[in-house]
Amino acid sequence: MLKDITIGQYVPGDSIIHRLDPRTKILAAIIFIFALFIVTDLAGYIVMTLFSVVIILLSQIPARFVLRGLKPLYYILAFTILLNFFLTPGRVIWSWWFLRLTQEGIRQGLFMGWRLLLLVLTTSLLTLTSSPIALTDGIERLLNPFRRIGVPAHELAMMMTIALRFIPTLLEETDKIMKAQMARGADFDTGNIIQRARGMVPLLVPLFISAFRRADELAMAMEARCYRGGEGRTRLKQLEMARRDYLALALMAAILAFAVGERLWL
Amino acid sequence: MSIRIEKLTHIYMPNTPMEALALEDVSLEIEDGEFVGLIGQTGSGKSTLIQHFNGLLKPTSGKVIVDGLDLADKDTSLKEVRRRVGLVFQYPEHQLFEETVFADIAFGPRNMGLGGEELEERVREAMEMVGLDYATLKDRSPFELSGGQMRRVAMAGVLAMKPKTLVLDEPTAGLDPRGRDDILQQIKELHQRFGMTVVLVSHSMEDVARLVDRLLVMHRGKLVLAGTTREVFAQADYLRQLGLGIPQVTELARRLREHYDSMRVDILTIEEAHQAISAFLGQKRGKVHA
Amino acid sequence: MAAGETMFRIVGLSHYYNEGQENQVAALADINLEIKRGEFVTIIGTNGSGKSTLAKHLNALLLPSKGRVLVKDMDTRDAAKLWEIRQTVGMVFQNPDNQIVATTVEEDVAFGPENLGIPPAEIRRRVDEALAVVDMAEYKQAAPHLLSGGQKQRIAIAGVIAMRPECIVLDEPTAMLDPSGREEVMATVLKLNREEGITVVHITHYMEEAVWSDRILVMDAGRIVLAGKPREIFSRVEEIKAIGLDVPQVTDLAARLQRDGHPLPAGILTVEEMVKELCQLG
Repeated sequence: MLKDITIGQYVPGDSIIHRLDPRTKILAAIIFIFALFIVTDLAGYIVMTLFSVVIILLSQIPARFVLRGLKPLYYILAFTILLNFFLTPGRVIWSWWFLRLTQEGIRQGLFMGWRLLLLVLTTSLLTLTSSPIALTDGIERLLNPFRRIGVPAHELAMMMTIALRFIPTLLEETDKIMKAQMARGADFDTGNIIQRARGMVPLLVPLFISAFRRADELAMAMEARCYRGGEGRTRLKQLEMARRDYLALALMAAILAFAVGERLWL
Repeated sequence: MSIRIEKLTHIYMPNTPMEALALEDVSLEIEDGEFVGLIGQTGSGKSTLIQHFNGLLKPTSGKVIVDGLDLADKDTSLKEVRRRVGLVFQYPEHQLFEETVFADIAFGPRNMGLGGEELEERVREAMEMVGLDYATLKDRSPFELSGGQMRRVAMAGVLAMKPKTLVLDEPTAGLDPRGRDDILQQIKELHQRFGMTVVLVSHSMEDVARLVDRLLVMHRGKLVLAGTTREVFAQADYLRQLGLGIPQVTELARRLREHYDSMRVDILTIEEAHQAISAFLGQKRGKVHA
Repeated sequence: MAAGETMFRIVGLSHYYNEGQENQVAALADINLEIKRGEFVTIIGTNGSGKSTLAKHLNALLLPSKGRVLVKDMDTRDAAKLWEIRQTVGMVFQNPDNQIVATTVEEDVAFGPENLGIPPAEIRRRVDEALAVVDMAEYKQAAPHLLSGGQKQRIAIAGVIAMRPECIVLDEPTAMLDPSGREEVMATVLKLNREEGITVVHITHYMEEAVWSDRILVMDAGRIVLAGKPREIFSRVEEIKAIGLDVPQVTDLAARLQRDGHPLPAGILTVEEMVKELCQLG
């Protein structure tokens, strides 16, 4: 059944990475991405790789879950590598028709692929070790200081929460409407693209009507529970930075410093 | 024979952590022209079962045979099966999507390749079957009708395919008593006047008691009881164990029997109870006066 | 009646949808009603009788077209009192799916108190208490979409009581539930009224659910057409059926036997009563 699809890819656990504050994890992911794009040579990449391996091990997430996140990326990865192989100018070592494989290209392509791999593996840990609610909370609080310049932090977070809450409900509904129309002879699987697109109307119209009705009722229910925006609102769960969070951030700062230093002086 | 189910088992999401056994070794037969009730608690497998009747779900193991057509057979057209077994889902008005009542009801027959006068005739007939006036309603938007009317439009959308068997999943959910009685009356007529085979899924023991001939009782994915309505409601204690009840008047008759041996217990409707208790009060009075 | 004893005072309330337009519809017509603190009032009526419209006036989700609605002497048209009114009068709706906001049970129950700006430690205490009252404490980390209909409605009720209201208005909370879900919800509502002393306004079209209330109001076409204790209302089987409502089977049966000349008391509500009365006859 459609409703059994899990949202996000959170794998509950109690590792040190799980216990980090979501804000720490979001910031750490951003810092890591910067560092990854700053380093240029083998030594830098090795340090970055070691770091990734260590936090993946610390997170105690089974390897197959971590690797699963790579699946949709195989093509992009292959494409990036090949593009770099053949389109980087430099010393040609093999050529055929208009394709010229260069030494610099090989180097660039391999590094690029490597970078992408680390990027996805490490940042996917963010969603693997934090529940969607924790992430939403983290984002809201990180954005809070920017409210003064017009960033709707609370509203964004509320939208994310409601979306997460209603995705399973709407998936279930989709399943039901599809079956109801199939019982009336509808066919969602055959025909060319245009026929199929037209075939979606009996599914999409009821789905939109239902979504609007739900939105309407939900708005009323929220109002009845005294919802009036983020102003003056408190939260059940307070996020608190622990010592481990500051340590993690210090470590990330060190990684960033290393990357910058390596780029400038080596 | 209209529908035959043999040793049907259905497992949702097999081989995943979410694996769930929804139906286990269910065998049953529904004869042509029967009016059958299907009862059981939420989650007992009723909805899963009826979705096998027209091939919306495929058995994990076991067989489903509709009018002699084996649904697992490659040559069996599922479209044809779905034409023969009409399935009305819970809150069917949520599937309406066309701009007019006519167009929505015509969706099914159109998918069967019908058009022109024949299509019009189908829609007209289907609307009459559920008590909707063709002339005044056919060009209206289904979305501006009342809840009860919308539900009829949705039912007509299934009836327009002229199914031999009609399966209804809680057709009265969310309706008020008058709306409920109207819909049930229509369903009764579909059975009596048009000779349709009807399978009614319901949570109301009172409703099934006064409507259906035979009852199927589901519990935790298994068919645990099947028999005439009177036979099934005679097993009050077992039904209670399953979290189901019996009609209030049946309960009353059973309680009176504890005091008076002459009281009938196989009471299903208020009318029957009225008769039986009148007779019994007459007897009682007779004895006192004698 | 002392002012402190009154939960709601409704005076000459009318409500029109599409007011001033051609398709103006009168949903409520000149309703006068008083509900006492601690009372359990059931409003029954067919779909479209105006009962939901009335309910939404009780916590200012709708405002009167004419007349006044006073909640503990606060006028619902007084914008300054809006949030105090909504905190005083909690509301539970029909569709359990469309009133749960958060992705876990406890976060959802916390939603109301969070909106009120209550300190986190206090929210925690209220959430735990509220979940205990509706008997859902063990589900506090659960995802709402995996719960049954009855459980979802109990969560919605917990979400309201965590705001410490004095009154709960339930707008057809059982209409989409199966019999066991309905029982769960009714048992919870009864408990809130009897044990927590919360005023309850319960809206339904199931007559059986009105048996335990202090007072029943029957609505038809925007008006209150019958009002009284359950026994009084239940004895008027003909009028109730004429409106398009239903009575429990034994009540109906008792009325028929009465008409035949059997001396049964009016308004029999349960099988037990009926057995007792029949045994005494003859």
